Amino acid sequence: MAQAFFGGVHPHDMKAATNEKAIEQLAPPATVVIPMSMHFGAPCTPIVKVGDQVKVGQKIGEFKGLGAPIHASVSGTVKAIEPRPFSMGGDMVSVVIENDFQNTVSEEVKAPADPDALTVEEMVEIVKNAGIVGMGGATFPTHVKISGGIGKVKDVLINGAECEPYITGDHRAMLERPEEIIGGATYLAKMFGVDKVIIGVEDNKQNGIDAMNKVIAEKKAPVVVEPLRCRYPQGGEKQLIQAITGRQVPPGGLPADVGCAVFNINTTICIFKAITTGMPVVNKVVTVSGSGIVDPKNIECPIGTPVSLLLDACGGVKDGTYKLIAGGPMMGMAQYTADIPVAKGTGAILAFCEKEEQTVEHPQCIRCGKCVAACPVHLEPLFMYQYAEKGMVDELNEAHIMDCMECGACAYACPARMHLTHMFKTGKQLVKNKMAADRAAAEAKKAAEAKKEA
Amino acid sequence: MTDYKNLKLIATSNPHIRGSETTRSIMLDVIIAMCPALIWAIIYFGVEALLLTAVSVIGCVVFEGLYRKLMHKPQSIDDLSAVVTGMLLAFVCPATTPLWMILIGDFFAIIVVKQLFGGIGKNFLNPALAGRAALLASYAGAMTTWLPAGTKAAIGGGMPVDVVSAATPLAYLKTGDLEGLKQIASVGDMFLGKVGGSMGEVSALMLLIGGLYLIWRKVINWQTPVAYIATVAVLTVLFPKAGGAEYMLYSIFGGGLFLGAFFMATDYATSPVTKKGQLIYGIGCGLFTVFIRYFGSYNEGVCYSIMVMNCCTALIDKYTKPVRFGVVKSDKKEAAAK
Repeated sequence: MAQAFFGGVHPHDMKAATNEKAIEQLAPPATVVIPMSMHFGAPCTPIVKVGDQVKVGQKIGEFKGLGAPIHASVSGTVKAIEPRPFSMGGDMVSVVIENDFQNTVSEEVKAPADPDALTVEEMVEIVKNAGIVGMGGATFPTHVKISGGIGKVKDVLINGAECEPYITGDHRAMLERPEEIIGGATYLAKMFGVDKVIIGVEDNKQNGIDAMNKVIAEKKAPVVVEPLRCRYPQGGEKQLIQAITGRQVPPGGLPADVGCAVFNINTTICIFKAITTGMPVVNKVVTVSGSGIVDPKNIECPIGTPVSLLLDACGGVKDGTYKLIAGGPMMGMAQYTADIPVAKGTGAILAFCEKEEQTVEHPQCIRCGKCVAACPVHLEPLFMYQYAEKGMVDELNEAHIMDCMECGACAYACPARMHLTHMFKTGKQLVKNKMAADRAAAEAKKAAEAKKEA
Repeated sequence: MTDYKNLKLIATSNPHIRGSETTRSIMLDVIIAMCPALIWAIIYFGVEALLLTAVSVIGCVVFEGLYRKLMHKPQSIDDLSAVVTGMLLAFVCPATTPLWMILIGDFFAIIVVKQLFGGIGKNFLNPALAGRAALLASYAGAMTTWLPAGTKAAIGGGMPVDVVSAATPLAYLKTGDLEGLKQIASVGDMFLGKVGGSMGEVSALMLLIGGLYLIWRKVINWQTPVAYIATVAVLTVLFPKAGGAEYMLYSIFGGGLFLGAFFMATDYATSPVTKKGQLIYGIGCGLFTVFIRYFGSYNEGVCYSIMVMNCCTALIDKYTKPVRFGVVKSDKKEAAAK
């Protein structure tokens, strides 16, 4: 079993609520709201107009620069293109499609004649056109990761850690769709030209490991499953690399710098689907769970499905629900409305009605150092908190606050209930503002000097 | 479709769940860990030990509560840290300490050392030790009057009639009179706590049980106590004043070493935050303890050595920062070369 990474915490996994329930298909929604930003990078530009007829898999948003295209997830009529609330906070231009319930597949979706005969370039092109992004939540465009990594990457890792509590979508996929995971992993091996792909899975999913091993044996696939000891944030890209290969990605660096590339289980399935059927990312498996959900489930639904429909499908929420989260409880974003759609990176919708929150009115640091032991990036959260509280920007920068990945492990471990992660988000903004101001000042000075010389 | 508009949702930063440990649960664990030593003190020194502890705890809680109230600060007595301070202060005083005297110590510990610096987590000295140091400086006589082994303290403090103060094992160790010490206590007596000394410090066994409980509950790291006790052990076995390994055993079981190592030096507010720092800190405590016991004018060095190291905590923290993720040793060398 692979050694663990440094630091981290071990929350109750809370996965029993959903890990034995098969993935259910949601009844087709009457309308879907597809936000034009579901990836890391600039939002897409809509390429359809209000009133247009669209079909499943038809491209409706085109990206520029770093990004991935967006496709219609149902067939029907475009009713509106307007800003709507979305899971990353605030509003985002979204394409609203009224479902005609015909489920007509677009002509753009074409399965390649022989998927196994495709060249690497063709496969990358398919991944790019399919709008695949890091489906674990980071939403980094997958084609960029692949094309940037070819030649440099020696170790291709599949992230099946699923270390966030409650979430079981990947676990269910391992049990129900192992051949898609192994198939996708095999294509990844081909694209990178490596002889084996390692799937890292936390050992609380033993049956998932067995299911995949069975398929690997049957297909003689170039894939190995590596069980990992449970610890959050194992599913963090850099932590997974450390746990499996022992290598550390340098600060500010990319996995490719240490010869690694990491793909989520879900991303791998999307790659398999795109290459074998030509179908882009139009569906997403979402774990709907938490103390506030009447009947927790894993549900597969079209991208753009309103979250309220998912809640309905799970029997609604209980009285006293005070928190709705898109994503896991450690890194997910709390929502102010249920009026948001499922996006490519939405792995879970959680509702809380019990005492998960546990805030205290006047938290005071007791210097216990548990945050230091918990930080997987080896930072010292307690000192960073003091600097951020006092607005000491230079000290914040020297304490390497920009390396903080906001995993929440420190705040989870904190017995004093300090708002550490929250403060670091603020602190990072302070540092960014200062950097921008310094740059502007330097440029102004340069301009003034240039003027003087002239 | 159900209407979810009526939900009163709060949108706070991640993480949305928290661990089960709280400041209060940690303090409660420390209190539980001190119970074996307290029970031994009651058995050995009599009910007065319980009375002294109770008065000290009440004193600390009242002082803290009053200060927070009068200064219009959020109330903090429910975190139980004042209870811990009260117990620890009683533990480091002789069982014969007059009750009014311990209240003065409480006042100094809670008001001057803890609250004036901002309350829990902000003080740079261990409140209980600073309280004891203040009492020792003010009432040297009462603070160094020790009951002979096997005598009970009078109720209300002070020596029982007809009982004369006796020297503690530390006095014998200071002069190197190992033979004399052997006559009043065996190593086993020292370990069990059948010797004179401060109320809560005599039984190394009871303190060890409490300390192991704290390590098992992950309240404290092993680094500080192990480094501390090991340093004292190594120095006393290498440079014994008399005898050899036996002198070492008497030294580590004698005085307040176990109480200091497990309960005082591990105080969060006044010790380093990294494990490496805690190791250095423990070694520092051990060095100063032996220096004071060997060369100082006091018989016991635990209290002052920890206070000296308290003052070094910021420095240790500064030089034991963890190397951040992704920076490997060769990188550091390259950076240094540049």
